[in-house]
Amino acid sequence: MLLIACPYCGERPEIEFAYGGEAHIARPADPSAMSDEEWAAFLYARTNPKGTHAERWRHTNGCGRFFNAVRDTVTDFFVATYKTGEPRPDLTPRSVV
Amino acid sequence: MVETALRRPPLAGLVPPPGDAVVLAPVPPAARFILRVRPAAQTAAGEAFGGPLPTIACRAATEGARAALWLGPDEWLLISPDAPDFTALAGVPHSLVDVGHRQAGITVSGPRAAAALNTGCPLDLDEAAFPVGMCTRTVVAKTQIVLWRTAPETFHVEAWRSFLPYVCGYLAEASREFSG
Repeated sequence: MLLIACPYCGERPEIEFAYGGEAHIARPADPSAMSDEEWAAFLYARTNPKGTHAERWRHTNGCGRFFNAVRDTVTDFFVATYKTGEPRPDLTPRSVV
Repeated sequence: MVETALRRPPLAGLVPPPGDAVVLAPVPPAARFILRVRPAAQTAAGEAFGGPLPTIACRAATEGARAALWLGPDEWLLISPDAPDFTALAGVPHSLVDVGHRQAGITVSGPRAAAALNTGCPLDLDEAAFPVGMCTRTVVAKTQIVLWRTAPETFHVEAWRSFLPYVCGYLAEASREFSG
């Protein structure tokens, strides 16, 4: 079973969590000043990387809080989890020996 | 025609699992509240409730028959046999919701209680990982519950009333395996 480390509750089974999309997407301060293309890009365009991805998760069947996680989209490995509002941790790739 | 709302206790009409490896029992009716309050007012809220609010994650604190269960960083489930007087919280920013009609509780006890719960709950219920006094929201099969270990072999399970027949029926069915 995949365990996800909730920043508040500790390691808990994946079934307690819900996925919340990509993290660190700030809502534009003045949407009315944007063109349709820019607004559409904010709404729909995501980075969709192959590799580490910062994303939101919610501990739905637990503390109920949103938090952010860095997950490898290839291996489904959770590299790190951190509270909402904290910056994305610096995850310099480890050198290959 | 006058329709009467009847209070049906948990486990009403349920065939209990045989033996005493797992025993399901309803808990007495109680007032229940969900309290959300910021750290600055937690002490005042605890004094109004009549028992301390635990600040350690996933822990419950009891004061007599009153219990405060940590559900989230600023969220507690308060269980009390009588209605606490929260008027002292007037003017303090908080959210207090009476959920006494929404949910009810049962106890799951016996030497195989943890095993019966683990048929539908993925948490590690070993006493080292889930000690007495620990509580959390989690799942049993397809239903969300609040699970609270009150004694080494006793769990308090809170679920929404409309889900309780499912939870009780599921646990009773699972317990038949341990009735040997």
